Amino acid sequence: MGSSSSNMDHIPDAQHLMQETGFSAAHLVRLYERFDFLDKDDRGELRLDDFEAVSELAMNPIGDRIIRAFFSPGRETVDFPSFVRILAHFRPTDTNRTRNGRNGAQPEPANSRTNKLKFAFQLYDQDRDGKISREELLQVLRAMLEMQVTEEQLQSIAERAIQEADLDLDDTISFDEFKKSLEKVDIEHKMSIRFLE
Amino acid sequence: MRRCGFVHLLGSVLLIGFVSSVSCEAALTGHESNHSEHEHGSSLSGIPIVTFKWHHVETPYLVALFILVSFLAKLVIEANHHVTNIIPESALLICFGFILGGIIWGADKVQTFTLTPTVFFFYLLPQVILDAGYSMPNKLFFSNMGAILVYAVIGTCWNAASLGLSLWGCHMGGAMGDLDIGLLQYLLFGSLIAAVDPVAVIAVFEQVHVNEVLFIMVFGESLLNDGVTVVLFNVFDAFVSLGGAKINAVEIIKGIISFFVVAFGGSLVGFVFGLLISLLTRCTKNIQIIEPGFVFVLGYLAYLTAEMLSLSAILSIVFCGMCCQKYINANMDENSVNTVRYAMKVFANGSETIIFVFLGISAIDKTLWVWNTGFILLTLLFVIVYRFIGVFFLTWILNKFRLVPLEVIDQVIMSYGGLRGAVAYGLAMMLDENKIKEKNLMVCTTLIVVYFTVIIQGITMKPLVTWLKVRRAAVSELTLIEKVQNKVFDHMLVAIEDISGQIGHNYMRDKWNYFEEKWMSKVLMKPSARKNRDRLFKVFHQLNLKDAMSYVAEGERRGSLEFIRNDHAYIDFKKKFDDDYYEEVMPDIMADMSDDHGEIRDPVPSVSLEMHEQNMKAVRDSEDVNTHHLLQQHLYRGRKQHRHRYSRSHFDVNKDEGEVQEVFQRTMRSRLESFKSAKMGVAPPKSLSKHPKKEQQQKMSNGKSLDKTRSYYSGDEDFEFSEGDSASGFNPSYNSMPMRVTYRAGAGIENLGFMPDLDSGPSVQLPRWLEDSSSVVPSQRAQVQLPWTPSSLRRLAPLRTSTRSTDSFMMADAPPNAQQIDLPPPPSPPTLLLLKFLV
Repeated sequence: MGSSSSNMDHIPDAQHLMQETGFSAAHLVRLYERFDFLDKDDRGELRLDDFEAVSELAMNPIGDRIIRAFFSPGRETVDFPSFVRILAHFRPTDTNRTRNGRNGAQPEPANSRTNKLKFAFQLYDQDRDGKISREELLQVLRAMLEMQVTEEQLQSIAERAIQEADLDLDDTISFDEFKKSLEKVDIEHKMSIRFLE
Repeated sequence: MRRCGFVHLLGSVLLIGFVSSVSCEAALTGHESNHSEHEHGSSLSGIPIVTFKWHHVETPYLVALFILVSFLAKLVIEANHHVTNIIPESALLICFGFILGGIIWGADKVQTFTLTPTVFFFYLLPQVILDAGYSMPNKLFFSNMGAILVYAVIGTCWNAASLGLSLWGCHMGGAMGDLDIGLLQYLLFGSLIAAVDPVAVIAVFEQVHVNEVLFIMVFGESLLNDGVTVVLFNVFDAFVSLGGAKINAVEIIKGIISFFVVAFGGSLVGFVFGLLISLLTRCTKNIQIIEPGFVFVLGYLAYLTAEMLSLSAILSIVFCGMCCQKYINANMDENSVNTVRYAMKVFANGSETIIFVFLGISAIDKTLWVWNTGFILLTLLFVIVYRFIGVFFLTWILNKFRLVPLEVIDQVIMSYGGLRGAVAYGLAMMLDENKIKEKNLMVCTTLIVVYFTVIIQGITMKPLVTWLKVRRAAVSELTLIEKVQNKVFDHMLVAIEDISGQIGHNYMRDKWNYFEEKWMSKVLMKPSARKNRDRLFKVFHQLNLKDAMSYVAEGERRGSLEFIRNDHAYIDFKKKFDDDYYEEVMPDIMADMSDDHGEIRDPVPSVSLEMHEQNMKAVRDSEDVNTHHLLQQHLYRGRKQHRHRYSRSHFDVNKDEGEVQEVFQRTMRSRLESFKSAKMGVAPPKSLSKHPKKEQQQKMSNGKSLDKTRSYYSGDEDFEFSEGDSASGFNPSYNSMPMRVTYRAGAGIENLGFMPDLDSGPSVQLPRWLEDSSSVVPSQRAQVQLPWTPSSLRRLAPLRTSTRSTDSFMMADAPPNAQQIDLPPPPSPPTLLLLKFLV
């Protein structure tokens, strides 16, 4: 722990980040190392190419979307706090409950069910208009199924999916509809990873 | 119902009484007649026309009768749902066993039917375990593998050791009087009774729909710890025969090593056999009739091989089933896969029934019962208490490492679900009376533990689950969006792990999937099967199929009354096309017009087509392709997809009526809209594909084999839905024509979901209804309208505001003589003609 606290000094605004995201000091240190590693030319910020340098991501069909999710609109770079804030979506929900109880004031942590879903939603909603249009859904489907399915099949899958979720019949999926359609899915399970200390 | 059940019960009881008395008399008379035959054998005066040779068939006959009676018992029990809702079937079967055993005892004065270890381990257990392995939800299992292993290995060892030691302690304390049992023998006893029994657990848990994580924990543990307990048993058995004096550190270490060798060796054997099955099914195309047999034979061989090598046979067959499931399901023909599934269920469910009845019968045996209150009650107490302690302690440790911790309630259920069963009894029967003086006491105690856990805990399990409000499983099937999203989640987690530099579970799984995809699938799967087995896709098809079924149901509900009878339309339609076109397309599109079109004057609707430029374009693009093959690749499989819940006796059916209705109605609505849009401006198709003919031939060639299955599904022969809508059409003739939307792959009205791909693998025979499901309308408005043009959407928009109820939306949508949605009554004349034609 001694070494990690010394490392903590490099991290800007560490205490605040810990409180905000719920990561422990050890987590932060580890994430900072990773951030540092990704940040090839030590700018203290990550650019698009830094992310793209992660070779495994190239194989991931929605890798580019995930990367883009790290960038807030209009920004070209990601600094460490936003990096951590994004990752905080993926913290398991459970331990948070107690933390949240303690802090009380914190409105909604990034790893709440709603925020997890919001993150997922935003992967589809590329134009950020709060709705998943057919075209946006199609793009995701195309990415995930491309080799195996013809365009027509994709069309009809997308159509069907929208039909299932679309409650107000506007041919798009709003966030509420999205949330509702995934009601039964165990989001806590499916959108959490174990962060190493 | 009740009365009928009673009659059955009475009948079967009488039958059994009769059989057993006959058997014993016959056995006696058999011996006598044997003698007399020997005496008179030489002086045979003539050829007897009929001889009664009971002893000749005695054993198999009794076995068959016994099985029959067990099945009848199950039939009676299952007929009374109000009873099985309260008391689990397994408990009832055991009780039936008591009765049966009483009758046999009464007739024979000795227990002739007992479950011997040989029968149990060689003939009853393997299929149960194979089925469990084969139906194992692999992903769920492997993602909880660590926890399952901990429970199965450490938990079982803990149970065995703590129970053995505590009993020994109590013995030393004088709690059970004068017994000739040493420490090692107590440990041996502990090891045989330590394991949770899969047969009992599944029988109870399948009725209580707990959430899937909890289920896989209990289920996985019960499967694996059977292997563990057998290994432990053997080790301690060896120790007992060795005698306490000779056991030193070396022997103990050898014991531990053998434990691991036996467990991993067994799993490895199973794995190898699983791969072998997968490889074999790659090339059984020409012997489809017996290809399901390979699965069973090789599975059984895996069991026997492991047994022969003194490895864990149970683990072997579990892993064999788990390994091969994916590949054989992909490799084999759909029919064979179904055969395997059903046959597996028949065997497993059958032997499960027999096992429970046997367990009941075994109780009725005077020679067995040795009562020692202290021993029995203490065992019962310790079994339950240590189970709780073990589970809670292990979960406490595991929760430190688990992403989503197991809740306390789950732990209670897991502990309480620690049912003991036939494996323990089988092992107890294997005890050697020469080495263990108190064998009967142990057998008797085991039986009591089994009865207690299966009957008492089994009965109270359901109320407990309800009372504790255990998270239940979502019973409904996945919707498409959920499936898409699950896939997105998977990719997302992998990506996040990559970015954040964690090597975690998802990372490993991704790597494994990659490896699996690249190597194992390539080697083990037929190339044709490798294509298009995307799961997302399957759900899509599954949903489509569900839609289709609701259509049929809806049509049946409405009867044929609303069916439009209009000959003009038919004629008009014919005129629309020149003969060539007619010849080529008609047989396929309007199969019910059949080969001699002129003669069909029956009232049933001629033909209606819904044709769209979009669709036609699609067809043109893919003319040469064998849509049919693609279809059979997908359609059925979709339905089986995603069955997490293991059940030995049921295949899941979607019971979510509401959802089905909902989708159905939406679909109908969208269909109507698209139909309208079609009439608004889309010209009848001009281009044709060569395809239909080809497909036609294929169907014909398949015809023979399809006959057999037809009867079940005659209702599906034609999924025709008339959507005559005169409200908005322009063309009067078109207008009055009943529009029957008969989608047929390749014929121009496409379900885009089933668009062809370039796979021209050999056609596999496929049941009639499946084949015809190419005409099942998959019903998406996507495929029929011009989804991406906003104008068409706008035009349709008002329609979509109509209410959900079928009737009202129809009213809203269609003015005067509106559209009708119905089916012809299944065996209508045109249908028959259609059949004739196709065959």
